[in-house]
Amino acid sequence: MTSLPPDTLIPTVQAHGLRLANGGHLVCQGLDLAIPRGRITVIVGPNACGKSTLLRALARLLAPEAGQVVLDGKDIRRYGARELATRLGLLPQSPLAPGGIRVAELVARGRHPHQSLWRQWSAEDEAAVRQALIRTRLVELADRPVDALSGGQRQRVWLALALAQDAPLMLLDEPTTYLDIAHQLDMLDLCRRLNRQDGKTLVMVLHDLNQAARYADHIVAMRAGAVEAVGPPAEIIEPELVQRLFGIRSVVIPDPVTGSPLVVPMAGADTHAD
Amino acid sequence: MSAPRNCAVLPIAWRPGRFSIAARPRAAAACALLLLLALVLGVAALGMGRGGLTLARIAEIWIGGQAATAGERLLLDIRLPRVLTGLFVGAALGVSGAVFQSLSRNPLGSPDLIGFTTGAATGALLQIVLYGPSITGAALGATAGGLLTAAVVWLLARRHGRLGSQRLVLIGIGAGAMLHAVNGLLLAKGNLDNAILANLWLAGSLNARAWTHAWLAIGAAVVFIPPVLLCARRLAILEMGDDLASQLGVPVEGLRLGMVLCAVMLASLATGAAGPIAFIALAAPQLARRLLDAGGPPVLASAAMGACLVAAADLLGQSQPLELNLPIGKLTGLLGGIYLIWLLTRRRSA
Repeated sequence: MTSLPPDTLIPTVQAHGLRLANGGHLVCQGLDLAIPRGRITVIVGPNACGKSTLLRALARLLAPEAGQVVLDGKDIRRYGARELATRLGLLPQSPLAPGGIRVAELVARGRHPHQSLWRQWSAEDEAAVRQALIRTRLVELADRPVDALSGGQRQRVWLALALAQDAPLMLLDEPTTYLDIAHQLDMLDLCRRLNRQDGKTLVMVLHDLNQAARYADHIVAMRAGAVEAVGPPAEIIEPELVQRLFGIRSVVIPDPVTGSPLVVPMAGADTHAD
Repeated sequence: MSAPRNCAVLPIAWRPGRFSIAARPRAAAACALLLLLALVLGVAALGMGRGGLTLARIAEIWIGGQAATAGERLLLDIRLPRVLTGLFVGAALGVSGAVFQSLSRNPLGSPDLIGFTTGAATGALLQIVLYGPSITGAALGATAGGLLTAAVVWLLARRHGRLGSQRLVLIGIGAGAMLHAVNGLLLAKGNLDNAILANLWLAGSLNARAWTHAWLAIGAAVVFIPPVLLCARRLAILEMGDDLASQLGVPVEGLRLGMVLCAVMLASLATGAAGPIAFIALAAPQLARRLLDAGGPPVLASAAMGACLVAAADLLGQSQPLELNLPIGKLTGLLGGIYLIWLLTRRRSA
């Protein structure tokens, strides 16, 4: 793959020397990271390697014990709560849908950072919610209770909420979890459209290496709280990296459909390296 | 076609200049209807029984400035505090329940089930048993008891600096059970006369309410309901989880602390004014939510619904054909037990 054009090399989020702890347990130390603007960045790595913790720190949901996160050239701690929410949106792994709430109402809650006591429901709010419903193909379901939707539809509702929030940077924590393969691809295609057509910068945590390779412009590979490799999928996904991340032997071939790297693990438990 | 055709769930707005005010017609109509019903029930209570005052007569006295007869004045001084206490205690309990159910994301998270009302009762009982009955003393005792219980439950329910919703309910139920036993002990150990009075108080009653009771309930509602109304939208967002609410710009911990404080004060002061009245805080928000058919805590509707429920229960308890003369706390407890069983069996089957 070609390298990124120069303008996207100006990062939107940077982390410097992050030391993160989750419930008293140290997750990572001295972590540096830069997220390229206008691109899809995917964070991959084994379970419990600190992917979600890192994402939460980038969104200021978790205060680092040391180091700092810089968003658009300013320390993230210096943003007001609402100001930050209009620049950066995060979709957590398992948000809760209040019982009985309907699709459009839930999506409309994404407008909260743009609202106040005297700006309760502006024309922009309404336009953003309608646009988010259209982009996520939820128009027909707008009046339905969220409880009554399928898993794939529900995930689209949450994405629509983040979209209505209208922040140029969106962090998505495992947006494809609990979805079958068709809905996973549907979700990822939607994310790609948001990036290519709407110009959103996306940062996603994904479990599937091959999906990451297919949809990412930029991959951050993590293991045990440290960044092992960073770069475009074609440049960094190699059997050696897969071995280091997951401890399995594999061959990497070009994806017959897209040409992106395709990781094919070697079968059987005896291929485990350790 | 660029606009969805079916967005009936979105609010409609009035947008003068740079401002925009949202309205939800169904919710507004439901609230107006409930408030009107509460008013009607209140007036009906004033006019009940022998020598009851009609609405026209009350209007003549209050608005027309006509002199009331001595009997009428007496009736007003006896019945009006009772009616007002009932309405405002109901409103306070309804809002308190709405806040706790929203914060705990659980229809069982109401102050009477998670121990705060019992704690308020313990405070009032201590005051009555140790120092003898006094209205302000019982109110102060109830407030202190409620706040103390809330503080202990809050501290125990926190883990890693965050409040767990399930833990709040479970620890609250545990604390409530313990305090219930303490209440029994206080009745058995205290001076007999005071214990009898305390027992009467514990039944939860609107009998013999004086203006002090009424002002206590009105004060609680006027001071602590408006902040909850102002924060209702943020509470609704908090229902979607701490992370999502934070990233939408809601100050999660501060909001939770402020709302718990308001809700505890409402429940404690209401208990101080009328004794423990079961079921209202539990049922009013649930009934209001069904009526409104909208997500988010129905704060105003819960207030109006609570007022209606207490006023209706009071009327029912006093009405001629039944002649129950049951203390209102017992009556609502009876109805609440049935409601709770229905709620639990329905949840299991759902």
